[in-house]
Amino acid sequence: MSPSAEKKLAGKSIELQTVAKVWDGTRAVDGVSVQVPAGSFTALLGPSGCGKSTTLRMIAGLETVDEGQILIGGEDVSRRPSSQRDLSMVFQSYALFPHLTVAENIVFGLKVRKVPKAERAERLKRVADLLGLSPYLDRKPAQLSGGQQQRVALGRAIIGEKPICLMDEPLSNLDAKLRHEMRVEIRALQQQLGFTMVYVTHDQVEAITMADQVVLLNQGHLEQAATPRDLYEKPGTPFAARFIGTPPMNLLPATAFEQLAGAGTLQLGIRPEAMRIDERGPVRARVQTVEYLGADTLADCLLGTAPFQVRLSGDSRVVPGEDLSLGFDTADLHVFDDATGGRRDDLISEIGAQLRS
Amino acid sequence: MRDWTLKREWIYGWLLLLPAMVFLFAFTHVPAVTTLINSFFSTPRGRRPAKFLGLANYDRMLNDPVFWKVLWNNLWFALGTIPVSIGLAILMALWVNEKLAGRGFVRMAYFTPTVLPLIAVANIWLFFYTPGFGLFDQLFGALFGTAHTNWLGNQATALNAVMVVTIWKEAGFFMIFYLAALQAIPVSLKEAAEIEGAGRWTVFWKITFPLLMPTTLFVSVNAVINSFRLVDHIFILTDGGPDNASSLLLFYIYETAFRYWETGYAATLTVALLVLLSALAIGQFFFFDRKVHYK
Repeated sequence: MSPSAEKKLAGKSIELQTVAKVWDGTRAVDGVSVQVPAGSFTALLGPSGCGKSTTLRMIAGLETVDEGQILIGGEDVSRRPSSQRDLSMVFQSYALFPHLTVAENIVFGLKVRKVPKAERAERLKRVADLLGLSPYLDRKPAQLSGGQQQRVALGRAIIGEKPICLMDEPLSNLDAKLRHEMRVEIRALQQQLGFTMVYVTHDQVEAITMADQVVLLNQGHLEQAATPRDLYEKPGTPFAARFIGTPPMNLLPATAFEQLAGAGTLQLGIRPEAMRIDERGPVRARVQTVEYLGADTLADCLLGTAPFQVRLSGDSRVVPGEDLSLGFDTADLHVFDDATGGRRDDLISEIGAQLRS
Repeated sequence: MRDWTLKREWIYGWLLLLPAMVFLFAFTHVPAVTTLINSFFSTPRGRRPAKFLGLANYDRMLNDPVFWKVLWNNLWFALGTIPVSIGLAILMALWVNEKLAGRGFVRMAYFTPTVLPLIAVANIWLFFYTPGFGLFDQLFGALFGTAHTNWLGNQATALNAVMVVTIWKEAGFFMIFYLAALQAIPVSLKEAAEIEGAGRWTVFWKITFPLLMPTTLFVSVNAVINSFRLVDHIFILTDGGPDNASSLLLFYIYETAFRYWETGYAATLTVALLVLLSALAIGQFFFFDRKVHYK
């Protein structure tokens, strides 16, 4: 990357205040409030249909905001058209103009805003060098590979030097190897140029590896907005607990443990990787199936009638039908209240002690 | 052995081609060649067979003031109807492509002129143009107090009146093509342009219109051919008059061949029409080729 491109932009903060979108009575986005600090990388994460793309399109101004407000840099932009929100966007389909060359595609916005020709050419050169597009400037988008088209879309987004860049699942059309490269590249670009990034993805790996803040959405509701580490270590809801991490966290009803017969409507969460074989451990389970993955062995077990998974080291030799005693650190225990759906950190040490007794 | 299977495949191939080829030859190629041959002969009458005249028919054509008149009329007709009907078609397509109440009904209404036979359409318009109690006279009379106008009987307005009917007839038809093309353009292109700060006008001229170019090429080739081909309404509206003011080339060919029974000379005029049309079609492809982006 050329040193001339290292010009830092001042990103702008984005604030969503109880934003909602209603389609024919269904609330696709329902009262979502999120703070996106200036210059940060925020990922909107969730399963398909959770409202993450709609939320992004509302920030972009491509969908109207039915309730609540969107503030960019402290100003209410909820009613402004997208052209007046001072942001750029990369679409899932890239949305490159098929009749224009790569160069024309990238400078499209500058031309519309009547930036002088000399400056246009200079900025185009800088962006093309930065993204390695210089040899392809005269080509049409159809003559480029998927990865190159992706770069052109990126180029069009960053050449305007807007304080905010929005991306809607930009990597979903690329193969796995390219996706990894582009992930690193986009993150580096964002940190180098300093704009605020809002990035929509359904892939937790993308969100966890790239973002400063992950906003987890589910059925139009905000589940949790936190740093990737917090989301993994302290998931706020059972949904967040199951969504982040592969394989997902085990959620077991407290009543499945004989030591906790009187615990009531609680769910205990333990990540498969936090469990280990321990002769005096509190979990006594029967192995159902074993999946050998080389470095790890995944064992599906039953505790009473409740199924759960354990990730053991690759050299542990467990066989289906075997009875295992498993243990874990109290710090790795998560407790959720079934009635409210929230975390009960206050109960962890107590339940940990009860299990050990 | 191999030769034999090869031959069999050939026979199959020709048999499959045969039905279409018979019709193509019988109704297109043979008449075209016959027309070319006839254009060098005199018209056979009674017991007098056709006589070879060489280029005499062509000489007559070049000195025929009516031929030049109808050619000139046809040029104006094409220049007047094609851009307007294409422009109208794009406008209507853009409009019915938006989300609006009763969209299906509006689309159908626009397409109606295409469904109706041109002869029936011409009869309706004949009433519109009727001096005194026709729609136009009543409308203009009530609005501006203008006197009765004989739209179709006046040399100055007859061709224009015929052109209006043609535009009305063609715009709805072309709209369907533009509507299909508009729906094939991804919405995200428009959104991307809007985010880059482009207004509606810029989006149309920089994105939508260039992407409609293949359709425009197709439609304009059709429109040019139609401007020489569609003469049905002239029979009803003006019969080419007054004084050939609204006569077009094909109408003149029909008159020459089947009213005056001068088939030899009519064949010569037809050759002129064919040459003209092929030149236009080829020219259009070369002209547009550089400007059209095919996906």
